Amino acid sequence: MTAISRRDLLTASGTGLVIAFVVPRRAEAMLAGPPSKKKPLPPPNAFLRIGSDESITILLAHSEMGQGIWTTLPLLVAEELDCDWTRIRAEHAPAAPVYAHTVMGMQMTGGSTTTWSEFERYRTVGAAARQMLLRAAAEEWKTDAARLRVENGYVIGGSRRASFGQLAERAAALPTPAKVTLKSPSQWRLVGKPTRRLDTPEKITGRAQFGIDVQFPGLRVAMVARSPVFGGKVRSFDATEAKKVPGVEQVVQVPSGVAVVATSTWAAKLGRAALKTDWDLGPGASLDTEAMRAEARAQSRTDGDVALSKGDVKAALGKAGRRLEADYEVPYLAHAPMEPLNCTVKVDGDRCDIWTGTQFQTMDQKVASEILGLQPEQVFIHTTFLGGGFGRRATATSDFVREATEVAKAAKVPVKVVWTRDDDIRGGYYRPMFHHRIEAGLDAHGRPVAWSHTLVGQSLLAGTPFEAMVKNGIDEASVEGVVDSPYLAAIPARRVTLHSPRRPITVLWWRSVGNSHTAFAMESMIDELAHAAGQDPLRYRLALLARSPRHARVLEVAAEKAGWGGPLPQGHALGLAMHASFESVFAQVAEVSVTPDATIRVHRVVCALDCGQPINPLGIEAQVQGGIAFGLGAALHGAITFRDGRVQQSNFHDYRVLRMDEMPKVDVHIVKSSAKMGGIGEPGLPPIAPAVGNALFALTGKRLRSLPFRLA
Amino acid sequence: MKLVVNGREREVEAPPDMPLLWVLRDVLGYTGTKFGCGMAQCGACTVHLDGKAIRACVTPVSAVGSRAVTTIEGLSADGSHPVQKAWAEIDVVQCGYCQSGQIMSAVALLAENPRPTDDDIDAALSGNICRCGAYQRIRAAIHRAAELKGGA
Repeated sequence: MTAISRRDLLTASGTGLVIAFVVPRRAEAMLAGPPSKKKPLPPPNAFLRIGSDESITILLAHSEMGQGIWTTLPLLVAEELDCDWTRIRAEHAPAAPVYAHTVMGMQMTGGSTTTWSEFERYRTVGAAARQMLLRAAAEEWKTDAARLRVENGYVIGGSRRASFGQLAERAAALPTPAKVTLKSPSQWRLVGKPTRRLDTPEKITGRAQFGIDVQFPGLRVAMVARSPVFGGKVRSFDATEAKKVPGVEQVVQVPSGVAVVATSTWAAKLGRAALKTDWDLGPGASLDTEAMRAEARAQSRTDGDVALSKGDVKAALGKAGRRLEADYEVPYLAHAPMEPLNCTVKVDGDRCDIWTGTQFQTMDQKVASEILGLQPEQVFIHTTFLGGGFGRRATATSDFVREATEVAKAAKVPVKVVWTRDDDIRGGYYRPMFHHRIEAGLDAHGRPVAWSHTLVGQSLLAGTPFEAMVKNGIDEASVEGVVDSPYLAAIPARRVTLHSPRRPITVLWWRSVGNSHTAFAMESMIDELAHAAGQDPLRYRLALLARSPRHARVLEVAAEKAGWGGPLPQGHALGLAMHASFESVFAQVAEVSVTPDATIRVHRVVCALDCGQPINPLGIEAQVQGGIAFGLGAALHGAITFRDGRVQQSNFHDYRVLRMDEMPKVDVHIVKSSAKMGGIGEPGLPPIAPAVGNALFALTGKRLRSLPFRLA
Repeated sequence: MKLVVNGREREVEAPPDMPLLWVLRDVLGYTGTKFGCGMAQCGACTVHLDGKAIRACVTPVSAVGSRAVTTIEGLSADGSHPVQKAWAEIDVVQCGYCQSGQIMSAVALLAENPRPTDDDIDAALSGNICRCGAYQRIRAAIHRAAELKGGA
């Protein structure tokens, strides 16, 4: 299947003719700035529609889950198109190969990659369309396109002007440009400037449609009874009482459990509560957090698969004047997006329609097509707004889409499967618990000369279709933030090994993935070394970062803006941390105090960052505040624990997340940079836990090596 | 039974124990009010009963009686309520899922306390979870809404 055909887009509607710009794939972009590899131009028809009603519709190859790409991607098109910004409407693209991630090769949203991976493609779309509109005007006015200019949605030549809408039909009939020239950075009017979100109007009026809001006549609602322990299977079930609940229409078994299909969400919930299911629990029933912690601790004393080895660490540790050892631990964490998981599936002969908030359209389409015996292109994915994602809406198994497709197939009715919050908290796909064992040796000046590090934690890829990406026992996501640490690069003898225990608990990327725990271990341990060396934590780090100027600069800016070393209110202390991830560098300084009842208060966080060229500073600030809130909630409260295989948490009262009264004042400073563009959605998170932990050490003298932090 | 929702009287057929949330969403189609936890822990389902903020997910529809229900859809037809205008100006939303509840809590707060302090806001809105962490801008937007309402 190729791009949407042009004919599909030549749709006469009440508001006018919608045209599609088509650029041949052989054409090449001539890009501003340093010449890049020549790639075929993307077909603009798949990404942009200009209507004779003056509408400008931009199709998003990525999913809007709060991170702001609903605004950023249109901004990239508009920068080159010079259209009227107020005319722009965005919509999620359908699932199709043309919308594959420019680097990952599948249609998906994740890894803080959207903006940098689309920077060229979406600008090119805008530039190609602009050129065609110019040519259309030149033809109409019988003049040279070079004599015309484009301004805010109009082509202007002397005293004549024509709107994009007036030119759209003529432009659509033109041959497409073989090459386009993108603006140079000095010509940018939108890139780098604060721009408010385009999705605000529908999100402040209740009109925004999330997956859970999908309704149509005949749609049923289902809830699924799933095994109370991971890996359990249905032995038998008794639906007698469930079927007595008014509104319950069917009870069907699916691979993941037993689904109660009803006329309303409430009826489905009551029906499921009345269902009696006998489970064959299997070995998962013995899972216990304290036992898993003890196992991991023991395993961390043994050598694992080697992720990094340079120099003779054993010898260097033996010779070191001073040796420090520490164990850092983090628990399983649920993503707990505000919108509980849900998926609506309607099967009609050889066509299947799926409405859901997903981060992984390609996989969803493939999985649903296999279940239904269809071709992938017979499965139409309608991506709604996502009520938060944080990684949970991108599973390699397409778990919630798979299950809803199974329910629709078994029940033979259109169905929306809705998860409760309990289902979500207990439903797995967690950030895995991890144990870090670090041994470091210092020389007579307090400088680290040896670093031995063993990690123990489940692989995200093991047991998934992406298992082949695990090389020599190393899942990169387990050790990212350690093996690529600029601190480690400054230590002559270093060794990192990894144990990846297999457990039935499903695990997944959780906002910032491996960095969510590696930053905590690395930056806490570096802080320990600084204190052991009797040196200022900032100066100690800067010395280690002598050959990493980008990292050092960001750390310096954060420290300076936070008033590092300056006076503080009585009972307050500062802690700092720097961590690079997703090709961006972040440093944070946290100001903390502790109440008489040992409650940790984080008053202020100063964050400096280098993400290369910023696109929308207003969006960056929001993402940084959000990343800090997400990470701080986990650092203060977050833990999924097991006893007898059962998850001990179930809802926001016992799986606590950050609330308004715990939100620190966050100051964000974007450091001017010529570095390659990096991510923003995730890298703001990793430094917060160690920054707070290091501040708590400065304040109390207690080194907290386990998350969530507990002082008492 | 009869319900008054956003100024309109509606005849509703629903079991008396069905929470107002599901009556609004599944029966009447007011999907702006969100489901987040089902046990009054997150505030996504916040609506007003006679102007007071309540959690619709734990309020049986039979307990509503003649009190007027206001949902996010009833705040304004076009986003022109001062709180909505402040939300737009401060660029508060991210995923947006919790924002109906946040806005309804903010409107109820400002009705009682036209000039809330940060502490007042924290106390009134700490029952509304935002996983995207838009709290700092929510605070700023409530202050801005207070100014807009006061004619500043």
